[in-house]
Amino acid sequence: MWDSLNRIVALIRKELLAVLKDARTRNMLLLQPVIQCLIFGYAATLDLNNVPYAAFDRDRSAASSALLAKLDGSGAFHRIANLTQADQMSSLIDNQRVLLVIQIGPDFQRQLSAGQDAAVQVIADGRNSTTAGTALGYIGAAVESFNADWRGDHGLPPPPVQLTPRAWFNPNLETRWNLVPALVGTITMMSTLMLAALSVAREREEGTFDQLLVAPYSPTEIMIGKAIPAMMIGVVQATNALLVSQLWFRIPFAGSYVTLYIGLILFLLAAVGIGLFVSSIAATMQQGMLFAFVVMMPFALLSGLTTPISSMPAIIQDLTLINPLRYAIDLVHRVYLEGVGLGQLWPDLWPMAIIAAATLSAAAWMFRNRIE
Amino acid sequence: MTPAAPSRRTRLAAKAWRVWALIRKESRQVFRDPSSFAIGVVLPLMLILLFGYAMSLDVKHVPVAVVIDEPSSEASEIAASFQLSPYFEAHLTSSMAAAQALMVSEKVDGIVRVPADFARRAAQGDASVQILVHGVDGNRARIIEVYAEAAVAQAGARRAAEGAGDAATGGQAVVENQLWFNSANDSRYFLVPGLIVLIITLIGAFMTSMVVAREWERGTFEALFVTPVRTDEILIGKIVPYFVLGMGGLVLCMLSAKFLFDVPFQGSILTLTGVSMLYLLVSVATGLLISSSLKSQFLASQVTLVATFMPALMLSGFIYNLRSVPLVVRLISYVVPARYYVSLLQTLFLAGDVWSVILPNAAILAAVAVLLLALTRRATRKSLG
Amino acid sequence: MNAPVVVGRGLRKRFKQGKSDTIDALAGVSLEVAAEGVSALVGPDGAGKTTLIRMIAGLMTVEGGELTVLGVDVAKDPQGVQDRIGYMPQRFGLYEDLTVQENLDLYADLHGVSAADRRKKYPRLMEMTALGPFTRRLAGRLSGGMKQKLGLACALVRSPGLLLLDEPTVGVDPLSRRELWEIIGALVSDEGVPVLISTSYLDEAERCAHVVVMHKGAVLAQGPPDDVAARAAGRTFTIAPPDGEAPRKLQARLLGDPAVTDASPDSGRVRIVRSAEPADAALAGLVLEAVPVRFEDAFMILQQAADAEGSKAQAEPAAAMKLERPIDRARDEVVVEVKGLVKRFGAFTAVDQIDFEVRRGEIFGLLGPNGAGKTTTFRMLCGLLTATSGTLEVAGADLRRSRAQARRRLGYVAQKFSLYGQLTVAENLDFFAAAYGLAGAARRSRIDWAMDEFALRPMAGVLGGQLPGGFKQRLAMAAALLHEPDILFLDEATSGADPVARREFWRRITALADQGVTVIVTTHFMAEAEYCDRIAILDSGRVLAQGPPAEIRAHGVTKTNPEPTMDDAFIAVIEQARPAAPREKAA
Repeated sequence: MWDSLNRIVALIRKELLAVLKDARTRNMLLLQPVIQCLIFGYAATLDLNNVPYAAFDRDRSAASSALLAKLDGSGAFHRIANLTQADQMSSLIDNQRVLLVIQIGPDFQRQLSAGQDAAVQVIADGRNSTTAGTALGYIGAAVESFNADWRGDHGLPPPPVQLTPRAWFNPNLETRWNLVPALVGTITMMSTLMLAALSVAREREEGTFDQLLVAPYSPTEIMIGKAIPAMMIGVVQATNALLVSQLWFRIPFAGSYVTLYIGLILFLLAAVGIGLFVSSIAATMQQGMLFAFVVMMPFALLSGLTTPISSMPAIIQDLTLINPLRYAIDLVHRVYLEGVGLGQLWPDLWPMAIIAAATLSAAAWMFRNRIE
Repeated sequence: MTPAAPSRRTRLAAKAWRVWALIRKESRQVFRDPSSFAIGVVLPLMLILLFGYAMSLDVKHVPVAVVIDEPSSEASEIAASFQLSPYFEAHLTSSMAAAQALMVSEKVDGIVRVPADFARRAAQGDASVQILVHGVDGNRARIIEVYAEAAVAQAGARRAAEGAGDAATGGQAVVENQLWFNSANDSRYFLVPGLIVLIITLIGAFMTSMVVAREWERGTFEALFVTPVRTDEILIGKIVPYFVLGMGGLVLCMLSAKFLFDVPFQGSILTLTGVSMLYLLVSVATGLLISSSLKSQFLASQVTLVATFMPALMLSGFIYNLRSVPLVVRLISYVVPARYYVSLLQTLFLAGDVWSVILPNAAILAAVAVLLLALTRRATRKSLG
Repeated sequence: MNAPVVVGRGLRKRFKQGKSDTIDALAGVSLEVAAEGVSALVGPDGAGKTTLIRMIAGLMTVEGGELTVLGVDVAKDPQGVQDRIGYMPQRFGLYEDLTVQENLDLYADLHGVSAADRRKKYPRLMEMTALGPFTRRLAGRLSGGMKQKLGLACALVRSPGLLLLDEPTVGVDPLSRRELWEIIGALVSDEGVPVLISTSYLDEAERCAHVVVMHKGAVLAQGPPDDVAARAAGRTFTIAPPDGEAPRKLQARLLGDPAVTDASPDSGRVRIVRSAEPADAALAGLVLEAVPVRFEDAFMILQQAADAEGSKAQAEPAAAMKLERPIDRARDEVVVEVKGLVKRFGAFTAVDQIDFEVRRGEIFGLLGPNGAGKTTTFRMLCGLLTATSGTLEVAGADLRRSRAQARRRLGYVAQKFSLYGQLTVAENLDFFAAAYGLAGAARRSRIDWAMDEFALRPMAGVLGGQLPGGFKQRLAMAAALLHEPDILFLDEATSGADPVARREFWRRITALADQGVTVIVTTHFMAEAEYCDRIAILDSGRVLAQGPPAEIRAHGVTKTNPEPTMDDAFIAVIEQARPAAPREKAA
């Protein structure tokens, strides 16, 4: 028993040394989470800032100026042109110089003063429909604000029904708050998967795998000895991402670290199982990397990281049930942003436990039988 | 043994013959190697299926809980408005506590609450409806608010049309939207063309970089160098097969766009082919440059992924709008070739041959291709040390 | 008499090693390669042969000196050289995903060989290499020997002005080596192509017209082999061991003696090269019989002299190894028993009914050409493969199913020296010690022993991947012996090593065997078979001959060759067993 433990500890030590001593893998492992967090944090935003637009104000009244001022003052929009003729609109949109054109009719103020509804036309470039949709949302809010002011200034009663929105957990509705914590799970999975996938392949390439097998190691011991270092490094990766998220992006952490790490460790078990399974199939490091990449891609895309799971077709949603990353991202959101406790995380924890058990047993079986 | 100096024509013929031999060898290797199959066929198919069927940025059928504190016909009208809206899946819920439980367990993404004195205040023209959204996905939350606004306004308009209530409705600005180029407002229309960028980058850069590094590692370059083969012939022999494969990937995407996903294509095929070739050249040249410099398969593939695939996904404007990012990131994106290609693709698919967009972007791609090829030529030498 | 095809003067080349060290791969080499015949670059690993050949081929920049090949200045116009010569690198330069025919066609295309010339050349090449029936097979599926022949064929697709071959015979069995030399010989005589070949096999050097002896980047001697060999004139003798003493014991004794420059077992006797110093007591009482000089003798003299100028420590052969924990079991116990062993891979039978036994303290050799099944058998013995049928027992247990306890009695040195390239020497030893269950004080003392015994201390902080070849071998052996196994498996553990290193290695092995360690080896150096107590020759998965070296040698006796060497005997055994049809079995 003790012998077994000693052997495994020796293997863990050797693995860590081998990975950390190679400057290239070391840099890749330590820098990657930081770089990815930064890129995702800054580039992956569905919020809008600085949207260029053109105004075709045919009314030139106080009211129309007030409306346009609302847009300019929102921070999201940036007027780059005041049009004087209708045919100027299409060229600006076609050439992508503006994302939208706002057309205010010549009777705008008159209609409003007469108690009629006055139409404001918005033409948006739908080449990226998500961006367009979000922009229209912003415009809607700006127009509502104008309407409220108008009513106030003219002593009119408020509309029969008003909507008062409030948001849970993310009062400013920043995209980044969704993405960056989710990255904690994604980055961790990528690193752990990659490391585990490469570990056996590297030994096979170097020829040392035979040496391990001839030595008193049993295939199970080898597996444990490779799983644990991968997990240890995974935890470090997660911590790095967490630090960037909290200290650099200042996204407030609402939950308990203990809960978070418990959930993460369970997640890592699942990820490591997948990585080791891949490793037992790959004959060279190159193949290992490739398989890990091919496996990681659907996991990452179908995890709710970039597009919500609820928008996916039903069949695909069912498929995501076996994706550990999906649960991990959900778990991190809940603990990080919502401050949920361990008891309520149960729906995320037990699927990961099952997946971990399944992948680790499959990997163990492969190790024992495909060792030749 | 020294042959007499051959004529120009025979030298050219010999050159062409050698290039052809190299291309043939490369093509055979591609078809017989399982990792080529994985990158060239499996990955693109997977991406097409994922992006076309699974990923959607559209917000539709959002589940919301509707809580009515005090039943009344006015409250029912509000509830009906949500139930009728195509954007929502409204579930009438008995109490706020129950609704909150639903939200916490993420069975609904929002709670619409009609407060207790709604009917009375509606008569006075002073009513308000509360909506609580789950803010974790900020963007989605914002869009939900917009749709909810619309649903509520519709309820109000219906009441006004029926003449109910005597609240004087003052005039207000009403927004009429027109969405150009994507009237269906379907995110697939821009996601699927964006696929083309990813797939070409994978085949052009990733596969090529692996392949060259592999020759270094296996030592086959050593014997190859000691033949009449010249460096530029080796480069051409590597570029052509992956170029052809890349174009094959393009065809695959176009076919699936048209037949599987019904994404419209407004531009001309010729323009598409032309600009795609430019981007493909850029990708292949990048892959070659990276692997000529690094010579290790493992390292080359890592670096290529980080230097080409990640930027193509994140910094090209494919999903995330580049105008909204901080200045630094925007500046970086100008150096990402995929950015120009995405712009070209989105325009070609949804708007048509808009030359004022196409020409500048294509010119940039062409310039980058020439630069990269020149650098690769310099970095590749027939020498081991 | 034509001008020499290669003229080099004062060639230098330096490489970086690690972070700050540099190593002189070539330190002022001058040589000339004649336009006729085969010239050989001889020397151990690290001598600079590959660097020199690559430089001649225009693959490496010339850092100092001048080099002209076929009249072209290599530094100025490497392409000009590459247009004119044929080259076969150490890794053969074959595309594994292409078939034999496709590989040939590729090189023919690249060299601009016309269709008419191909019609003439191909049949000849196919006949010489016996690859005719295999043209549609993927190069990756060929056996090692076949790959080498294909590599040679690709270099010969046209008749070059000079043929460069970088260690074409490394790691290949004697049969394939002889076949390769026949092809080279035919080439030289038929087409008059000058050949420069590098090799670490000293017996091959004897067949060449001209040899250049290299060592650590310098030329020790050059000229026709007989001239070089003359240095050992009058100093070579064989000695019949006194009654009952095994040749290897006598050899071990003599090797450590300053009166003897070199000693090796040879056909049941011990062949020595006496040093220049006067004889002393060690040789007294022994009957010396003078024998003709061999090239290897001169080489040993040269190398010893060169090494002696270097560190003193290296020139001293290792003291005999003493086991700290003596093995006290019955001497005659059967330790390894193999009965009816069969291994099939799908439809292919790699091992077909093999039987043999090894007793305690024996050195047992498994020999055979590539693809014979010896590696497969070896792996089954070590527990790395499961047998399809039959029984095998090592120390009374089937290792495939054995617990850790049983495996602790085993030591294994693999051909690739399975060392962790990223770990230092000390870390490697540490790991293997722990892997075999050594802990605490025991671990530390064993590691100390290993560092001293194998002279590894000065290299303790060097990464495994950056060790020079000789040190890798020592480290591998040290790692295998840390836990004092009583059975040692050595899988071609001396390939590529220089003769001095090999002597040292065998000295240790014989010392271990004397103390009761059972050793099982596979090797391609037939001369090493002489150290064994018993050997078995395998081919096509069957045991063709088994017994002590003397018995095996008897198989090679013919009218023209009454005293065959092990090489001759090996080839005779194999050829007798094979039918006239395809000479080499597909891998």
